[in-house]
Amino acid sequence: MKKLLLVVGLFLCVYVQLSASSLFWVEDVPWDEGKALSLEWNVPAETVYLQKADSLGAWDLIYAGAEKKYKDSEVNPQQLYTYRLIVPRPEIGDSISFIATAKPIEQWFYLHKLSFLLILLAVSFAIIYYVNGARNGKDYFIRRITALDSVDEAIGRATEKGKPILFVPGIGDLDDIQTIASLTIMSHLAQKAAEYDTELIVPCRFSMVLSASREVVKEAYLKAGKPDAYKEERIFYLTDDQFGYVAGIDGIMLREQPAANFFLGSFYAESLILAETGFSTGAIQTSGTAQASQLPFFIVSCDHTLIGEELFAASAYLSRDPQQLGSLKGHDFGKVLVILFIIMGVVTEMAGWHWFKAFFEGAQ
Amino acid sequence: MSFAGTFGLWMAVFFTFSIFSFLYKDNPFYKFAEQVFVGLSAAYWLVYLYYSIMLPNLFSKLISDFKGNLILLIPAALGIMMLMRIIPKTQWISRFPIAIMIGTSAGISMVRYAKSDLLSQISATMINPFAAVSVSAVIGNFLLIIGTICGVYFFYFSKKQEGLSAVPSKLGIWFLMISFGASFGYTVMARISLLIGRLEFILKDWLHIIK
Repeated sequence: MKKLLLVVGLFLCVYVQLSASSLFWVEDVPWDEGKALSLEWNVPAETVYLQKADSLGAWDLIYAGAEKKYKDSEVNPQQLYTYRLIVPRPEIGDSISFIATAKPIEQWFYLHKLSFLLILLAVSFAIIYYVNGARNGKDYFIRRITALDSVDEAIGRATEKGKPILFVPGIGDLDDIQTIASLTIMSHLAQKAAEYDTELIVPCRFSMVLSASREVVKEAYLKAGKPDAYKEERIFYLTDDQFGYVAGIDGIMLREQPAANFFLGSFYAESLILAETGFSTGAIQTSGTAQASQLPFFIVSCDHTLIGEELFAASAYLSRDPQQLGSLKGHDFGKVLVILFIIMGVVTEMAGWHWFKAFFEGAQ
Repeated sequence: MSFAGTFGLWMAVFFTFSIFSFLYKDNPFYKFAEQVFVGLSAAYWLVYLYYSIMLPNLFSKLISDFKGNLILLIPAALGIMMLMRIIPKTQWISRFPIAIMIGTSAGISMVRYAKSDLLSQISATMINPFAAVSVSAVIGNFLLIIGTICGVYFFYFSKKQEGLSAVPSKLGIWFLMISFGASFGYTVMARISLLIGRLEFILKDWLHIIK
């Protein structure tokens, strides 16, 4: 008899536990960075109160309403969280509470970023494909970029006048992709300048940019077969301060009177000061940046301006290097993908299928 | 006002006028102000970078807990490798930290920009243009979609822009130029406020003409 009572008692305990867990349960949100827990309940009530235990065990109200689920994003991975669901029962003048615990777990793959991964893979494969094609001798077409045709013209003018060329690689450090793009263009420019025996002045804002610029120019002079013409002292550090740097460059433009100015890279509030001073000296000016807010100033005060993506395409356009050409073609493939995705997204939204947009939104 | 305060005020006024004198033409006052500015800022940033970055992030951590911060020896070593540029024979060593810097920067930037610019832009443009409440908002939605697509197409380099394919490209540059015009006006307004700040300093703090 005792055994029977024990079995029945155990059965009741398990039943109560199971029925409680089917009324209120907490689960880790799968395939994420372990920063969210999903809470659901299945209790008939107009309003429920959801509480979360803080580190001292005190209950904090995190939700009150009629919904049947809640996502708690205020959690950290690998920590145990306890929740209490309070269901008011006005007919008996009391309330029922349920308690559940869960631990968010960080996953290796965040499934909500799948769209991001797929786009990156597609573009990366396209770049590899086109780079291989270019290496195997395939001649890829790139349309004319007017601003870049001016590079040779500017170098020629400086050579004719016997005046130097000023190259400003922007005010970004080497961790700015625009600075890297700027240095690749500078390589081409330095090679041409070396060929024509035209002096190149490169003032730098950061020590890392200075070192990289010296390496790039030195290599360009070596490529041109004129290593002796390379003057290290003409690629120099000015100051880390934004406007101090600009003041220094303004002085150089006024005193050295370069025949051609190149402002390529990352620019901020100083863009107009630089370009206006250069304009007043009568130099032929070419600028380029991906900073949308600074482009208007360059457009109004420079002879030629590389707008955004053109800055990144410039090195491939100028050098016709297979690797860079292939990379540019891969980028173009990415742009076609973007246009297609936007059109598909607009169509699906108009049709009321929101899953397509949600697939891209999840990656943010 | 103390002597130091008065001296500082007159110095600030002198340098403000020296910089403003550039509006006329290059002159010794501007040259002097420029050289002082460049020299002082270079020295200031050297000290600032040492005390705000190197000391708290490297030296203090290594001194207080060397074993627990062994990982910091990697950036320290890369920094020393950069300093090798001073000696001509060891200049090649500095290429390694430069290569690491450029490689990691490109990788990190690719992920960051693809996420913030590319995906955000794509999903923000995926809208139902007819879902807006007013006619002007519907037109605005259409302009957003067409402007974005044409703007992206303008930067498509693999096709010659002639005939029918030149149409979206031309539309794209129109959209870009209109946005640049708006941005220009907005920034000029902000610059005027900078000028007002300087004039306020001269008229209020120095001359006490305005209160």
